[in-house]
Amino acid sequence: MSIAIDKDKCIGCGKCHTVCPGSLIKIGEDKKAFIKYPKDCWGCTSCIKECPVYAIKFYLGADIGGMGTFAHTEKDGYILKWIFEHPNGENSEIEINQKESNKY
Amino acid sequence: MKTERLKTDILIIGGGTAGCYAALTISENSDAKVLICEKAHIKRSGCLAAGVNALNAYIVEGKTPQDYVDYAKKDADNIVREDLLLTMSERLNAVTKRLEQLGLVILKDKNGRYVTRGNRNLKINGENIKPILANAVKKLPNIDVLNRVNITDFFVKNNRINGAFGFGIEDETFYIIEANAVIVATGGAAGLYKPNNPGFSRHKMWYPPFNTGAGYAMGIKAGAEMTTFEMRFIALRCKDTIAPTGTLAQGVGAKQINSLGEVYEEKYGITTSQRVYGTVNENQQGRGPCYLQTEGITAEQDNSLKKAYLNMAPSQTLKWIESGKNPSEQNVEIEGTEPYIVGGHTASGYWVDTKRATTVKGLFAAGDVAGGCPQKYVTGALAEGEIAALSAINFVNENNSVPIDEALIEEHIEEAERFLTDNNSHFTTEQLEEAMQTVMDSYAGGIKTNYRFNEKQLDIADEKIVDILKLSENLYAEDFQELMYIYELRERLIVCRSVIAHLKARKETRWHSFAENLDYPDKDDKNFLKYVNSRYQDGKIRIILRDLVEGGTVYEHSY
Repeated sequence: MSIAIDKDKCIGCGKCHTVCPGSLIKIGEDKKAFIKYPKDCWGCTSCIKECPVYAIKFYLGADIGGMGTFAHTEKDGYILKWIFEHPNGENSEIEINQKESNKY
Repeated sequence: MKTERLKTDILIIGGGTAGCYAALTISENSDAKVLICEKAHIKRSGCLAAGVNALNAYIVEGKTPQDYVDYAKKDADNIVREDLLLTMSERLNAVTKRLEQLGLVILKDKNGRYVTRGNRNLKINGENIKPILANAVKKLPNIDVLNRVNITDFFVKNNRINGAFGFGIEDETFYIIEANAVIVATGGAAGLYKPNNPGFSRHKMWYPPFNTGAGYAMGIKAGAEMTTFEMRFIALRCKDTIAPTGTLAQGVGAKQINSLGEVYEEKYGITTSQRVYGTVNENQQGRGPCYLQTEGITAEQDNSLKKAYLNMAPSQTLKWIESGKNPSEQNVEIEGTEPYIVGGHTASGYWVDTKRATTVKGLFAAGDVAGGCPQKYVTGALAEGEIAALSAINFVNENNSVPIDEALIEEHIEEAERFLTDNNSHFTTEQLEEAMQTVMDSYAGGIKTNYRFNEKQLDIADEKIVDILKLSENLYAEDFQELMYIYELRERLIVCRSVIAHLKARKETRWHSFAENLDYPDKDDKNFLKYVNSRYQDGKIRIILRDLVEGGTVYEHSY
């Protein structure tokens, strides 16, 4: 489990750097965020939820069943939308209303 | 090097679940100045970064706090502190109400009552539980938060704490913090043992990999009494993603089955350790892999499960998506994790009294770092944060702060500076971490040996951990983040030694998998209805067997 940061999209706001519970994300000399210790990511997805330009995506390592799908979230009010970009170019989505409790 | 000296009334080390709630409690009940030191950032630090699936400790209608005590006591086969469990349980519902007021979504029925899951659980949307707590803390005027400051040592003189030492990993500053009272809330210890997937996904573990046992190690070094480190926690989890299984078991009623489709949980029992042990045994006897039986659930249940996991362990939902099959189409494979030391699930941690005072005067402990009181989960950590906070307020009202010994300050700064300047180590911190995890895995009951060990192996483990500790003295750090990694490694090595000593001292097998000593495969109630406690003195771990604190009685320190 780790994250990938799209340098072209990154605006260098530093929110991901601030929130990371492992202090793993740094801001480079080019003012762009990068993950300095990719193997140390817990997969909590905190950074993904912070990114205002959806530049961060998370994926499963091949050692735990990753097949190349990348996921990120987009927030609209109380709706947290998870977007999955599949290796075949298709996308799928799951919408979560944060005002609603888990069913289980 | 830059050095900063700060002074506060109450220092809270660790801005996770218990630490944040302790700060809120102090602010609501006193004018004491509070400083939280957090090694990451309180918004998402600690156990709740990704969220949490449910509130697992709540007294539902028709049940009493004593029922919760009885449940936890049974699960731990008697090695619990009933006084601690009861004082925690009595506060569970009030802290839940407070969490809801702060903004947590809890499922209610049409009459406005909480919807329960089983006997003790509430259904919630816990994705944003940590930002909710952090926001509440941020609003309070008498609380300062120092993010990215890693505390490594207590200042203790004559068994009285007067502050702590640490450093900022970004501002590259040494901090000397004088405090009248200290609440340690640093969580438990992950990363002692080799994880399930030691390669690229080595940090895809159950417990936060950033909780490295700092609070335990600081307490051990300061001579605090510790309890029950031999009751390790091994979580039964969804394979690879290490996501919770309770949502499947309790949510959709999925049973544990082996590869033959046989339900095996009744065969071994349903306590936390028995569920792990059963799975290990089924695998060993050639009936693996084991699963939670989700095949045949409805499409609606599929969707609800995928959403529930996104709110707490998104990797599991991604795993279903990657496999191209929903849980209704494939059973979810399960496995045991590597062992952790975590006082929120088992009884490992500081030996505290009902005020959550440790044996070091002025030092209080709450959450996963505090021992004797298992099955705390989130609400129990909040309850202990509250108790520790109220006790710390009383303490600062009755005691004056004591200045820190200058010689001790110099000692700690010199140690840290040595790691930053002497570059003559043959090894890196990462290499020694791997060495430590390999030793624990092989000789102290890791995944490799199906969690089993004998005394001979434990002796080898201790010898090797001592060697690695020696090697770690020469490590070199390029920057303050690497300095933190050196301290985290050394903390874990210190905790490893205590775990080994405790495992050796309990000469019985009370809990399969958690502490399965092959030299003593049976339970021994005659000699071991006792707490195994320890104190580190003059470089040695001294074991103390203490009598159980029976129901209806309380244990308080007499300093």
